[in-house]
Amino acid sequence: MDELEEIKITFFQECDELLGDLESGLLSIDAGDTEPELVNAVFRAVHSVKGGAGAFGLEALVRFAHVFETLLDNIRGGKTALRPDLVKLLLRAADVLADHVAAAKLGGEGDAASTTAMVEELETWISGGPAPSPPALPADLQPNEDGIVFKPVTLTLPEVDEGPREEVWTITFQPMDELYAKANEAGLLIREIERLGKIDVELLDDALPIFDNLDPETAHFAWKVRLRTDVPEEKIREVFEFVEGHCSTTIVREASPPVLVEADAGPDIAAIIAAAQAANMEAEPAFTPLKVDVAAVESQPPVALAPAAPVAQVAQPTSPRSPQPPQGEKVNQATIRVDPERIDKLIDLVGELVINQAMLAQRVAGHGFAASSDVGRGLDELEQLTRDIQDSVMAIRAQPVKSVFQRMPRLVREIAGQTGKQVRLVTDGENTEVDKTVIERISEPITHMLRNAIDHGLETPEERVAAGKPTEGTVRLAALHRGGRIVIEVGDDGKGINRPRVRQIAIDRGLIAADAQLTDEEVDNLIFLPGFSTASTVSDISGRGVGMDVVRKSVQGLGGRISISSRPGFGSTFTLSLPLTLAVLDGMVIDVAGQTLVVPLTAIVESLRPAAAEVKKLGAQGGVLAVRDAYVPLVDIGRVLGFQTTEIDPAEGVVLLVDSEVGGRAALVADSIHGQRQVVIKSLESNYQQVPGIAAATILGDGRVALILDVDALVAMRKREPLRMPEPSIQAAE
Amino acid sequence: MNQPANIGASERRELTSFWTGEQEYCVDIMSVREIRGWSAATPLPQSPNYMRGVINLRGAVLPIMDLAERLDLPPTQPSERSVIIVVQVGERLVGLLVDAVSDILSITPDQIQPTPDVGCDQSKAFIRGLITIDDRMVSEIAVERLLPDLEGLAA
Repeated sequence: MDELEEIKITFFQECDELLGDLESGLLSIDAGDTEPELVNAVFRAVHSVKGGAGAFGLEALVRFAHVFETLLDNIRGGKTALRPDLVKLLLRAADVLADHVAAAKLGGEGDAASTTAMVEELETWISGGPAPSPPALPADLQPNEDGIVFKPVTLTLPEVDEGPREEVWTITFQPMDELYAKANEAGLLIREIERLGKIDVELLDDALPIFDNLDPETAHFAWKVRLRTDVPEEKIREVFEFVEGHCSTTIVREASPPVLVEADAGPDIAAIIAAAQAANMEAEPAFTPLKVDVAAVESQPPVALAPAAPVAQVAQPTSPRSPQPPQGEKVNQATIRVDPERIDKLIDLVGELVINQAMLAQRVAGHGFAASSDVGRGLDELEQLTRDIQDSVMAIRAQPVKSVFQRMPRLVREIAGQTGKQVRLVTDGENTEVDKTVIERISEPITHMLRNAIDHGLETPEERVAAGKPTEGTVRLAALHRGGRIVIEVGDDGKGINRPRVRQIAIDRGLIAADAQLTDEEVDNLIFLPGFSTASTVSDISGRGVGMDVVRKSVQGLGGRISISSRPGFGSTFTLSLPLTLAVLDGMVIDVAGQTLVVPLTAIVESLRPAAAEVKKLGAQGGVLAVRDAYVPLVDIGRVLGFQTTEIDPAEGVVLLVDSEVGGRAALVADSIHGQRQVVIKSLESNYQQVPGIAAATILGDGRVALILDVDALVAMRKREPLRMPEPSIQAAE
Repeated sequence: MNQPANIGASERRELTSFWTGEQEYCVDIMSVREIRGWSAATPLPQSPNYMRGVINLRGAVLPIMDLAERLDLPPTQPSERSVIIVVQVGERLVGLLVDAVSDILSITPDQIQPTPDVGCDQSKAFIRGLITIDDRMVSEIAVERLLPDLEGLAA
């Protein structure tokens, strides 16, 4: 790969981190954190993105970042006060910046329309400037010994101090060897200075030795740059920020700027003096002491100040608590960057090791070594070690869910904007770790649940006020470990599920019988049924009736479960529980028609050996099993998968009771059970394609491939068989 | 690597030839990853007959295709002498079950003739061209057309 491209990839990786810092910093500020370092951190993030983008010539990104950075710099310098509405604007600007970065990553440029609009908004704030601070009041107006009243006057003329005023700076810049060694270039830095104003460069080559003594790796040149610009000194210093310590730089303001006061500032001073004189017409003419009436000055505000955007006093944070102050997090962890592919490779290899160790153990046992023999004990130790290595390697790949959570505030803002609702997102447990394979897959269900919570859960501000709640709704996103799984909760403080309505819709759509007796919990969970959508208008936010059933399906595809609990008037909470990894799976190893198959344990409710009397024929080929007080349809795995044409007599074999999405509870019939085992999941799709009824494959101790059943698909396939028995439309007892 | 056979270049190509269904075929040697002995495959449900199932190839799940059956020839009866040729097709690996590997051929493009119309679409679809070596006729398999989903023939 092109070296520059590699650096560019690193740049974009860093951009993602910087954008994350930017957003979390802004969110902390939004939540009421007044720590000044936060503003600095936010500024630095934007500045670094701009710096890197400049190096790669990403002009559009640089232009936008520059405007953004200017406003942040004003805030940092206290020129612009941070108000809640400004913070909201900054958050949206951060979104636009993220769009630019994302576009640049693909080699394009950000959306011009939204950028222009955002730049305009930002510039309004930049040019807004501070409100004029009132001139200091003369404290002591005692006449002096001559009887003349001197009124000490402090004239504050902010437009002269801080407005554009050209000055001339002399910058001497002498790079050291390290500057070049770090792949910086003097020419680029000088060009960077040129962007600030008009420059006049002089090369200082006094240190250049005679040719014989010339060391090509030593820096011999220095430059003297005269810069005429209106930017403050810090801006000039920023140019050298990245080469600090690798050059000696002096920046000196020339004593008498050639243009002291710009034309537009001139009349202001004249006006103030005139006003002062006018106010003192009656004073002693001999001395004409400058006796300025404060009121007169105040009544004539300097005209140069743009009155457009009145700037309020320092904003008081409105949110009562900050969910996760960044101080609580460890910042300076020593980390290394590793290509994820290398870790994946390592995990694959450890998976091989586990399989190999199991094969070895099986062969050793086959040769009649006792478990207590030296060989047997050695194998036990090997097994222990292998498991430890596997756990450690999996831990390397574990990632905090933060990377997913970080994307959510933006989503919430967008949905809030679309729905006209006021939403505050509170996140918790961002540092909960889970395997990369899971991280990649949880973003979508979380997105869906959040959309649902805001769109359907939260009320409009008016409704909330009517219900006696604060206008701003709260959505809580939390992650935690529980029982070897990761649990993700999405809760809202909205109106909760309207159970009579849900029930009515389910009846109308024929999903449940009109007289079905359902508990509250069962009613709540009706929303997961395919084709169920409670939104009376189909919105583009929560989809077109493919809402929660799709979420549930994708979650179950990951070996997870999703449920909802709701309190009318107080809100609802979705709870999502997922395995910590998709690389291994706890499964039940079974035999069907001479084939070894693995059934995911999460799907299995119980396994049993039915008595002949419990198996009932139903129709020509169908059958049901009486389990306690319910009849459960029998599913012959071998026949559904096409391994055999005749069915196993369930009374001869073993039955696994499973919960499936489509058909409710079902009884899978197998020949025998080998027991539970943790298996390494291998994709069938990487070399072949998806196979109906099969979720994935694994490799067993004997080195052979075993297929992992997709229980839902299997039950669904059975339903598609021509000779099926009529299925109850829903197993409400699920 | 799978250039059309009638490309005008004079580059020599090497091909691995093998026997299946009493006919000699070959594939571009560049697409061959390895050649291994037959081991029993785990059958895949709901898949075409020519898919013999999957085996463990050092931790990866490798689908095995009976080439003879794919070419509408009588199915191969795997024996100890049967061979699996692991070929790469795009990003994927697939194992071709054949009777025996016979030769490595080094040919120039002009040695390849287009496949004449013999009224057997299945064979013609998978054969890139015919190569004559002495009095042998070897048909070059277009491996990229073998996989069912790439061909639009999903199970």
